Amino acid sequence: MPLAGKHLLGIENLSLDEIELILKTSRSFKEISSRPIKKVPILRGKSVINLFYEPSTRTRSSFEIAAKRLSADAINFSVSQSSSAKGESLIDTVKNLQFMNPDMIVVRHSAAGVPHMLSKHCDTSIVNAGDGMHEHPTQALLDALTILDYKKQIKGLKVAIIGDIAHSRVARSNTILLNKMGAEVWVCAPPTLIPMQYEEYGVKVTYQMKEALRGADAVIMLRMQRERQKEVSYPSVKEYFALYGLSKEKMKWAKSTAIILHPGPINRGVEIDPELVDGEYSVILEQVTNGVAVRMAVLYLLLGTSEEMGL
Amino acid sequence: MTLLIRNGTIIDPSQKLKKKSDIVLDRGKIVGLGKIKAKKSWHIVDASGCFVVPGFIDTHVHLCEPGREDKETILTGSEAAAAGGFTSVVCMPDSEPVNDNEAITDFILQRARRVGLVNVFPAGAITKGLLGEELAEVGEMVKAGIVAITDDPNPVENNQVMRRACEYAKTFDIPVIDHCGELSLAAQGHMNEGAVSTHLGLRGISRAAEEMDITRDIILSRITGVRLHLAHVSTQESLSWVRQAKNQDIQVTCGVTPHHFTLTDSDIRDYHTDFKVDPPLRTQEDVQAIVEGIVDGTIDCIATDHFPQTRLEKETTFDEAAPGIIGMETAISLCWNFLICRAGLSPTRLVELFSTNPNRILQLDRGTLKEGAIADVTIIDPDCEVTVDASKFKSKSRNCPFDRWKLRGSVVMTIVKGRIIYQQGC
Repeated sequence: MPLAGKHLLGIENLSLDEIELILKTSRSFKEISSRPIKKVPILRGKSVINLFYEPSTRTRSSFEIAAKRLSADAINFSVSQSSSAKGESLIDTVKNLQFMNPDMIVVRHSAAGVPHMLSKHCDTSIVNAGDGMHEHPTQALLDALTILDYKKQIKGLKVAIIGDIAHSRVARSNTILLNKMGAEVWVCAPPTLIPMQYEEYGVKVTYQMKEALRGADAVIMLRMQRERQKEVSYPSVKEYFALYGLSKEKMKWAKSTAIILHPGPINRGVEIDPELVDGEYSVILEQVTNGVAVRMAVLYLLLGTSEEMGL
Repeated sequence: MTLLIRNGTIIDPSQKLKKKSDIVLDRGKIVGLGKIKAKKSWHIVDASGCFVVPGFIDTHVHLCEPGREDKETILTGSEAAAAGGFTSVVCMPDSEPVNDNEAITDFILQRARRVGLVNVFPAGAITKGLLGEELAEVGEMVKAGIVAITDDPNPVENNQVMRRACEYAKTFDIPVIDHCGELSLAAQGHMNEGAVSTHLGLRGISRAAEEMDITRDIILSRITGVRLHLAHVSTQESLSWVRQAKNQDIQVTCGVTPHHFTLTDSDIRDYHTDFKVDPPLRTQEDVQAIVEGIVDGTIDCIATDHFPQTRLEKETTFDEAAPGIIGMETAISLCWNFLICRAGLSPTRLVELFSTNPNRILQLDRGTLKEGAIADVTIIDPDCEVTVDASKFKSKSRNCPFDRWKLRGSVVMTIVKGRIIYQQGC
């Protein structure tokens, strides 16, 4: 096995070598998606179940397309939160799915730790497609891949992660990954949206946009997760945008060569000026393309046999 | 039957006693201490190498009957208590229906008598249905036999309701026990708020939630003069508030649970739900502070907060899992191992924490080995090494984070009213 474990539960469990292997593999798969016939028979006969307990368009279809381009069979299970959020039925669901002998279950759930729980209850390879406020490893990997399309290396770059840090699994996975790869990571939000002791990740925390953006090479904007907030952490969208929204004026503090990333879906006008989304700094749509490549790489590295990989 | 316990070391802080001595129990009472010559008809227990102490009192357990007999019953809870060395337990009012009236109090006491193992002392609800709104009929429940009032596992949110409850409790000279954890600050969290909750992506419970209620309660105790007991303090700062209040002669006492000084939030690996508990597991600094509080006397008692949960309630996501740890069958070994063997606490102090002080707080007419006292006795073998095996617990539930732990020190016999209700060789 080229990856140490048979699951991808989080960036936390990956070594720097494994991260680099996934990124390298992603790059070679990216080319497949630009062919007229976008399919290779590498994972023929393998089946991947996408088990989504949270609504998702982008991530679910990205995993589905990734599986199909590698000739694996992708089966989508979208389970509504209300009917199936209770744990015993979750475990039962997965135990049942396991007896259909899939090779992988890609899971998204609103509760942190669900992929870890599943990995203990079944033998199938588990990939975390986002668990609560915990991790979203493939998002962080595709963000790194996108940054590397524009920058020679991640080591030494100043990367600002801005917005709803508290409720963001993207922030956590990116923080861990960029830190492992040697970037200078800054996170910026009002104190109400920064979880306690976040600086223990080895990153710099600031409440001032200017400080976060000054000289930044890459800016990762986060979606304001209004649905996860059980309390009010900011007075109004207007005030939030004025203080922490990414505007063209604020973007001038960053390097002129800086790029803007956003995991989507975007709340235009809440966390970011709509013009920036479509503007020259934006690499947001490249992220989507890279998402498919990264997920192909993850599927391949977890499911492929050594001979197929020429190892 | 007359029972002679020979060759043990008697520890009884109520009479400042620690010496090698025999003790005789007859017709439910303690009838003699000293060097005693056995009569032929007596039953003899050899307690060589063991400590013989006044029966332990757990001031905080959930027995779940009536209503949640799938988690625990008065029978299984009594058996678990006996196996843990407890001769008396105080059961919280969160049965279904809630113990907020004399009929439920009567039911619990009747059932406990029929089971006939340990003494069960019910705590009544402060408010009807534990809803925090209207006072329950405390007087009726006192007549029926409650020894304290509390809304545990809920805090009393409304300050005026709490104040009235404190005033009203004085009529009956019973303590008010509070579960401190202000709900708006707890913010529907699932574990201690800090580096670990941030890391795991779990919603945190601010330490301020507990401390806010503790300071409120201390203020209310000061203005009403009620005897206030804080059920399970868990933070360093909570303890310093309690210390300060005690220095001002406010009538406040407090307890801690064994899990709050043997585990920390860092132990929550892989989202293991047996570690989810309320108040949540804190940090190493808090553990340190609790051990200091135990040594210096800020903490009056150790109580388990034995809180059974079914597998169904625990085998789910950390968010959805019900909080609670069962503790009666591990408490004494944990305390012996961690407080006596490791932290150097004296066995006498441990007996104060588990017997003398709980009796003083709740006025149960127990907690002593004086001649004429009720013969509730616990015998501990300090050298007995045990491996916790949750699958063998008497409790109906298995939500124990200490499974497979190796501990030193164990209860070997539990005696209630002169009758051996539990014994275990080593």
